[in-house]
Amino acid sequence: MSATPPSDERSLQVALPSSLDAYHGFIQSIMEHLEELGWSGSNLFAIQMALEESISNAIRHGNKEDPSKQVVIECELSSVRFWIRVCDEGAGFDPKKVPDCCDPDRLEIPGGRGLALMQAFMSRMEYNDRGNCLTMEKSLSAASSGCSCD
Amino acid sequence: MASPRRLQVNESASISVVRFKDQKIIDPVAIQELGQELFDLIEKDDRKKIVLNFDNVEFLSSAALGKLITFEKKAKRTGAQMILTNISPEIYQVFAITNLDKLFKIKDSEADALAVL
Repeated sequence: MSATPPSDERSLQVALPSSLDAYHGFIQSIMEHLEELGWSGSNLFAIQMALEESISNAIRHGNKEDPSKQVVIECELSSVRFWIRVCDEGAGFDPKKVPDCCDPDRLEIPGGRGLALMQAFMSRMEYNDRGNCLTMEKSLSAASSGCSCD
Repeated sequence: MASPRRLQVNESASISVVRFKDQKIIDPVAIQELGQELFDLIEKDDRKKIVLNFDNVEFLSSAALGKLITFEKKAKRTGAQMILTNISPEIYQVFAITNLDKLFKIKDSEADALAVL
């Protein structure tokens, strides 16, 4: 984070329990912060999708809903930029090995669409080497990276 | 079918028009219930023509997409026809990003769907 952040920038860090019914309040608070900062419409939808998919993945696939593990989230919000890092305590994974959900032969297989949605809706998305921390950013000055399925 | 918690189902002639009660389809329990209610339409009630009207839906997660995909497979197995309608631009983008606009039959409006079923 910058030493002299813009006056409208807000930062927060939370540790959420690994329960699929325990994070929607957090997402709602982020959405309310962003609305106060002037975000709206399809941009808010995109960020809600990224939050929903990244946190649920961390709980379900990363921590495997183990109540002894947490999901740690760092977030920076401003009127022009959304930045988030979501880390779980799991073993990690290699996103390159996740099958392409958009392959015509795989369309009828449920699951595995969260990564494609996050990639499309965010300006930037990357995992750390271990694959247990996801960093994403959406900037209003940058266009979306577009559909990953083409 | 038992009184549905997640769906509003209107039977019209041989067509079931289904609306979602939840504006945001994200809660795992709600998605599970919603899925079972959809499955019951074709597995218990033997409905063969179904319109899924998304007019009330503002947001849905990939888990909800997964349930819809399973429903589409079950419908295909039982010979049921299914059309999705009234999808907002944001949710349509979700279908397009994941190529599901090629799996599901999608029409702009309920009237358009009823006209072809």
